[in-house]
This record gives sequence, structure tokens and C-alpha cells, in this order.
Amino acid sequence: MTSREAIMEALRRAAPPPCEPAEPPRGIRFDDPVAKFSEVLASVGGRCVVGDYRELEVVQTARRVLTCPDQSSQSPHELADVDVAIVQGEFGVAENGAVWVPAANLGLRRVVFVIAQHLVLRVPANAIVHNMHEAYQRVGRDRFGVFISGPSKTADIEQALVIGAQGPRSCTVVLE
Amino acid sequence: MTGHPERALPFVLDQPRAHWHDESLWFVRQKRDRQASALPEWEELRNAAHAIKSHTMSRLADYLALFESNAVANGIQVHWARDANEHNEIVYGILAERGVTRLVKSKSMLTEECHLNPYLEARGVEVTDTDLGERIVQLRKEPPSHIVLPAIHLKRQDIGALFHDQLGTEAGAADPAYLTEAARGHLRDKLLNAGAGLTGVNFAVAETGGVVVCTNEGNADMGASLPPIHIACMGLEKIVPRLADLAVFVRLLARSATGQPVTAYTSHFNGPRAGGEMHVVIVDNGRSKILAEETFRRSLNCIRCGACLNTCPVYRRSGGYSYGYTIPGPIGSVLAPHRDPAAHASLPFASSLCGSCSDVCPVKVDLHHQLLAFRERLVKEGKTSSAKSLAMSVMSTVFQRPWMYGAGGWLMRRVVPLMPRFVLYGPWNPWGLQRELPPMPSESFRDLLEKEETR
Repeated sequence: MTSREAIMEALRRAAPPPCEPAEPPRGIRFDDPVAKFSEVLASVGGRCVVGDYRELEVVQTARRVLTCPDQSSQSPHELADVDVAIVQGEFGVAENGAVWVPAANLGLRRVVFVIAQHLVLRVPANAIVHNMHEAYQRVGRDRFGVFISGPSKTADIEQALVIGAQGPRSCTVVLE
Repeated sequence: MTGHPERALPFVLDQPRAHWHDESLWFVRQKRDRQASALPEWEELRNAAHAIKSHTMSRLADYLALFESNAVANGIQVHWARDANEHNEIVYGILAERGVTRLVKSKSMLTEECHLNPYLEARGVEVTDTDLGERIVQLRKEPPSHIVLPAIHLKRQDIGALFHDQLGTEAGAADPAYLTEAARGHLRDKLLNAGAGLTGVNFAVAETGGVVVCTNEGNADMGASLPPIHIACMGLEKIVPRLADLAVFVRLLARSATGQPVTAYTSHFNGPRAGGEMHVVIVDNGRSKILAEETFRRSLNCIRCGACLNTCPVYRRSGGYSYGYTIPGPIGSVLAPHRDPAAHASLPFASSLCGSCSDVCPVKVDLHHQLLAFRERLVKEGKTSSAKSLAMSVMSTVFQRPWMYGAGGWLMRRVVPLMPRFVLYGPWNPWGLQRELPPMPSESFRDLLEKEETR
């Protein structure tokens, strides 16, 4: 008997009586989801602005800017010195400041969103959903996809929040 | 036998530090409370999470089979491990076959449970834990003391000294931002030079055949997307049926764990990166045995948020290492005795049964009921110490005979005030090690009640 068969048999023998799953609750809604998104994003160390991403200081002062999706077949390791990655987000989530980014928006080397020193996410201003229940209705079946809520962070030393753990030191969402 | 009280002793003897540990965790608990109370549907979410998990457990084999066939269709290689050793063999086999000698890991309590690191290191693989807290305890050659906050027991000065020694930071430097920056350079270097990346799994979705990993630092994403090989290791209870179910759990997880609305990265791996390969290792290691137990199967619903640790008055005041098990706190005290009842017999007693763990649990595991049920079982099986059994049988005799209870009280009220300290606070009174006995009252409760009723 293979391990798979042994495990499956043990699980079928141990299975409790059937019970029904639940439908998720409807989820919180906000009077002004864009304002809420902006407020929550700021609370997690990110920044939400309205306007042209090319005018951001972080973009203007960067030596190497990578606009995604980038299809050039460079090794992912060559992306380690990217100062700013510009990535299109599909939509934002008001309740937690997250932006959904599917693999297609990243390009051939999906690591770019986390290896770049700074991240700029472009999101249509009319694409802010209220909560994660609405968000998952819009999540597709891409090979990879990620909700990004603010910059890389850690509080592993005495619960002191430090922005820029291993990944991006800043995360700016530009509503367009 | 060494149990929780003995292991907790060194921790509680350093009172200022124990107090600081208590406060640090209570701070996290309060952050969790603020997030929970900001959502009007919080209780509905907990109920939904509980129902989804219970349903999944009733059809676990079916959902795992569905997950497997969808994962394989996505180009993922799926492996099955009956126990820790088989899990370690599979991971090593993947690495050895491809000549990989440098592995980067993101947080995975399962690989801690399986003791993967020493297994690989003995076979010449360099293993680097890339989560900052995990890296800190790895450099100290310690296990994590908390499932979400691995280095919560350490002060910044401890970490400063460690980094000075191991990473060459300035002597005496202990600023968290400075130390984190030093670790950033060190860890990015390890991530860029690794031959494979291993991640844990927060959720595996049967419907999509993909796995979800929730992190704040970004190390899991780098580890899974820089090297050509991504290995994701999961306990078989991590499965959820549908993509839509993720909304329920993602909303609960970070709020319960650290009081954040969501982790910085919630990553959905539905297949290998371009030009790479992806493996998922599904591990039983005693989980099917727990599923067979009606009283305890709900502990498999746990999503490892750590909220029960943060709220537990015993965990906060005794530290993670006092449990002597990979997973400490209330959930660890329920899981550990399944693995080895004799070795972990003291853990279900390391609780005041206040029920706070059950109240904060996002998936409504009835933790304090399970702890109580385990006590009953351990006593029946004779796994508890003879002193405890003797004390219990004396109490049982006294409590069943009101005259004996009354006479005992009468005697104590008169005799205790006359006793010298060395008698009262001898080794037979561990309760009195750090506490003073209350003054003996002049009258018993029964006397007072009688007076009140005849008035």
C-alpha cells in the first residue's frame, strides 16, 4: 500500500458524520470605500495617492525602474537591483488596504513585486471593493496571484514595527 | 519526570522578564481585540469558519483527492507522507536528485514538528530560515517559542549581541531598525543564492489545486519565486473546499494573529514559476488519528494564528519553552499528548481552564473543554504523577463528606496561624514558593451563612 492509499484509508475510517458547510457572511461595507482603503493602507505603512505615477518622487529619483509586465527572459536574480517596480493592480480592498495582482501583470519573473526596493501599484480609482468576500469573487485562476497590503514589514524584534524587512521598503498605490 | 512546572521555573524566577513577556503578548491580544470589534460580522465569520472546517473534516479524503488532481493539472508534483520521517525523506529526495545544497525556508511549523532542519543538515544541506524571527532563533540554536512570534521571548539586547557575534553588527547596537536592516542584507543574500525554497502552507484550496501563504516580510515570496524549485509542505488539515472560503479565513487569520487587517502578502501559488518546478508535500503524522477521536478532532480546525497563546494567562507567564513541545500554549497542550501521552501529561494541567483561549479562537476550537477532557483521560490512564493522584483522591474523599470538610476547615483556621514558616512554606507547598498564604478567617463561610439566615 502506498502512503497515499494508507492516508486516504485512515481518513475515510476516521471521518466524522457529514455536516454542511456555511455560506460566508455578506461582509462589512463602507460609505466611502476609497477613503477607507486609503486610511487602512496608511495604517499598514503604505501610501495611497491620486494622480500620475511618473511624478512620484520614488520614481523620479530611481536609477532602475522596471515597468511590468516585463517579458524579457532575464534571470529573476538580475532583478535584485531594481529600485522601483511599477505594477498594475486589478482592484483594491477597502477593509484591509490590499491590492490584487495576478501573475499576468508581473510578467515572466513574478518575484519582481517583492524583490524591488520600492513598489508602485497602479489601480483604477473605480476598482475598490468593500471586503474580501467581494474580492474573491474577482480573483481568477492565474498560475500565481497575490494580495499586497503595504510594504514588507516585521515586528520580530520586541514587537517594534520596522518597514522594509526583506522586500520593498515602500508601497505606493496610485489611483488612476 | 520533568513537566510544565519544572520547565517554567527558570522563566518565572526572572520576574521582571516574565512580566515583560506577559505585557508584550497582552499588547498583541489587545490589537486583536481592536480588529475583532471593528467588524460587526466577527462572530458570524467565526461561525462560518467553524462550519467550513467541520464540513471539510467530514470529507477530508475527498477534498484532498480533488486538491491533488487539480494541483497535478496545474503542473504541481504532489507527494504524500505518513509521518515526519517520510516527509523529511521526500524533501531531501527532491533536493538530492537535483543536487541542491542550499535551501531557504519561510515559516513552517510543520517542518519544526518534523525536525526537518537537523535531518537536512546531517546530509550536507545548508538550511536558512528566512523569516527574521525564525532566523534569530535558528542562529541561537533554539526552537521558536511562539508559533507566530518566534523570538517573542528575546529582548533587543539579546538580538543585538547575537547579530554582533554572527552578522558583524556594531557591538552594543540594539536598535530594531538597525538590526532588521542588517538581517535584510544577510537574508536577501541567502535568498539570492539558494537552490530551492521551502514554504509552509496556510491554506490549500481543493477547488483550484493551489496553496496560499500569508506573510509580512516577503521572504516566502522570494524563496518560492527566486530559486527554480518551490517545495510547499502542509499538514493534511490545511485544506479548504472553495476559493470563496478563503475570504472567511484570510479575514480572520491576521486579525487574530497579530491584530493586522491582513498580512502584507497573501500569495496564491497555483503552479510553478516560469522555468521552475513546484512540489506539495501532504503530511499526516498523527492527524488522521486525531480525526478519529470525537472529543478532540476539532483541534484539527486550528489555523495556527496563535491567539490562544497570546491570551493564555499561563503561556504569557511561563513562556513557550515551558511546554516542551513544538507548539506551545493551549493548542499545543491539546495536540502534544496525542503524540506522546506520558511525555506531555503535564500540559493539559498547564491551564486555569478560564476559557479565554476558546473565546478568542477564530475557528471556535473548544480548547478548554478539550484540556479538561484530556485531564480526565490522563488520570484514568494513570499518566499523572503520584503526588497529583494522591492529592486528588484526598480531595475527592473530603469533598464527598461535608462533616470532614467542616472539621478540616475548623482545624486549619486554628492550626495554620500557629505554625512556623518553615512548616507552612516547606517543599510540600509549591504554591507558596512565590506567594503568601492569605490570613485565616475567624469564621467559615458556613458560619457566616448560618448567621445571615437566622437574622
